[in-house]
Amino acid sequence: MNYIEHIGKYFMMLRQVFKRPQKWKVFRETFFREVEDLGLKSLGIIMFISFFIGGVVAIQTALNVDSPFIPKYLIGFATKRSMILEFGPTFTSIILAGKVGSYIASSMGTMRVTEQIDALEVMGINSLSYLVLPKVLAALIFYPLLVLIAMFLGIYGGWAAGILTDLFYSVDYIDGVQLDFNPYFIKYAIIKTIVFAFVIATIPAYHGYYVKGGSLEVGRASTQAVVWTSVVIILLNYFLTQMLLG
Amino acid sequence: MIEVKNLHKSFGEAHILKGISSTFEKGKVNMIIGQSGSGKTVFLKCLLGLHTPEEGEISFDGRVYSKLDIDEKRLLRTEIGMLFQGGALFDSLTVEENIMFPLKMFANQSKKEMLERVNFVLDRVNLPDSNLKFPAELSGGMQKRVAIARAIVMNPKYLFCDEPNSGLDPQTATVIDNLIQEITDEYQMITVVNSHDMNSVMEIGEKIIFLKDGKKAWEGTNKEIFVTDNQAIVNFVYSSNLFKKVRESYLKESK
Ligand SMILES: Nc1ncnc2c1ncn2[C@@H]1O[C@H](COP(=O)(O)OP(=O)(O)O)[C@@H](O)[C@H]1O
Ligand SMILES: [Mg+2]
Repeated sequence: MNYIEHIGKYFMMLRQVFKRPQKWKVFRETFFREVEDLGLKSLGIIMFISFFIGGVVAIQTALNVDSPFIPKYLIGFATKRSMILEFGPTFTSIILAGKVGSYIASSMGTMRVTEQIDALEVMGINSLSYLVLPKVLAALIFYPLLVLIAMFLGIYGGWAAGILTDLFYSVDYIDGVQLDFNPYFIKYAIIKTIVFAFVIATIPAYHGYYVKGGSLEVGRASTQAVVWTSVVIILLNYFLTQMLLG
Repeated sequence: MIEVKNLHKSFGEAHILKGISSTFEKGKVNMIIGQSGSGKTVFLKCLLGLHTPEEGEISFDGRVYSKLDIDEKRLLRTEIGMLFQGGALFDSLTVEENIMFPLKMFANQSKKEMLERVNFVLDRVNLPDSNLKFPAELSGGMQKRVAIARAIVMNPKYLFCDEPNSGLDPQTATVIDNLIQEITDEYQMITVVNSHDMNSVMEIGEKIIFLKDGKKAWEGTNKEIFVTDNQAIVNFVYSSNLFKKVRESYLKESK
């Protein structure tokens, strides 16, 4: 199949995904399970990474602005900006594309090759809606939250780095963080995150759902899913930035 | 009665089923036999509606599948129980949740009623006290029992089994075969079983269809299979020395 066919098939899949759930009670149960599997279980790694990235950004900025003409509050300001605009939404999404994307693709691929998806269909269940819709919803609701946490921890990590390394003063950093606060940037980041969340839930689902073969193909689909999810996120990031900030 | 007329199924260039016709009756275990790759699974998946045949007609007690609308198809599917080759249990759910799943989706019962029904079918397949285990914690034979329990929990009119005893030791295989036959008789279901295991063919095959090169090469009972002169089926049976001897002595006796 060529790219056009894949894209067509992907959108055909989405039409099945957004069908009304057959039983709301079952939907609610699966939704909460997905919040746990796709969201809560990634909380730790996202917190860890964003804290240290914030620290590194602050240190590097401090080392690069070692000039008496540049005010020291710039370090806090720059760290805040990069955490809110890029590291929060995009970096977090790329990490999630790897972690959650491979999980979704391999778990759904396994369901395909072990005929669990056939079993659902035989029971009269719309397997795409049953499996993918709760994932999409869980990602759309939970990932913006995750990104806000990542932004906060990144900025906090920058401050902690300053304290630890004595490269800048706490007051300067906090001044910088408070300087020129623009709520639109948060909105921009959340919009990006929502788009990325949709991509993270659906592209790996596509790769997993349509696997043919055995465990080898499931592994391959999982890798493909991560690659394509990342590529699409990076491209969309570029276009969204141009659209929203340009 | 399930009636299959002139069923054709291809995947791209590969013509897998080339015009299969037959009927399957109530209370009987019907068997589809043939070598690996002869199209047994494809045939069963056509019956289930998982594959759409290019040509031919399948009717379930007079309801022609291709002429049903979506709701009628869904209703029909709730009357079908399917036992997949690997069991196809949902590995993120416990045994109890697996079996309760169709009830939760389609039956408007209280939790208590559903649990009673689950325990009833678990008892029926001789697997009490496994409710809270996960499929991965069970042996192959036990997984098959759970899969049978899930297949019959909605009280289906039709039961389809794809190689129910593949991957099982001979003793467990016989137990599973007998279980399928018992419940078929007990609930007067129409049962269709795929197999390439001659042992289960002899044990429970009340009506046998032999697939070869995409066609129905032979049809008959497990008694007739010994006396037939049909070369294709004789070759298939003769591939086992044991059955060769059994057939010879059977032919000698009946003379
Ligand atoms: N979804 C599919 N797409 C393409 N070819 C298939 C598909 N399913 C089965 N086949 C082919 O159909 C033939 C029969 O397969 P199958 O019905 O699984 O045989 P078996 O009798 O062992 O169950 C095989 O050659 C297989 O490769
Ligand atoms: Mg098969």
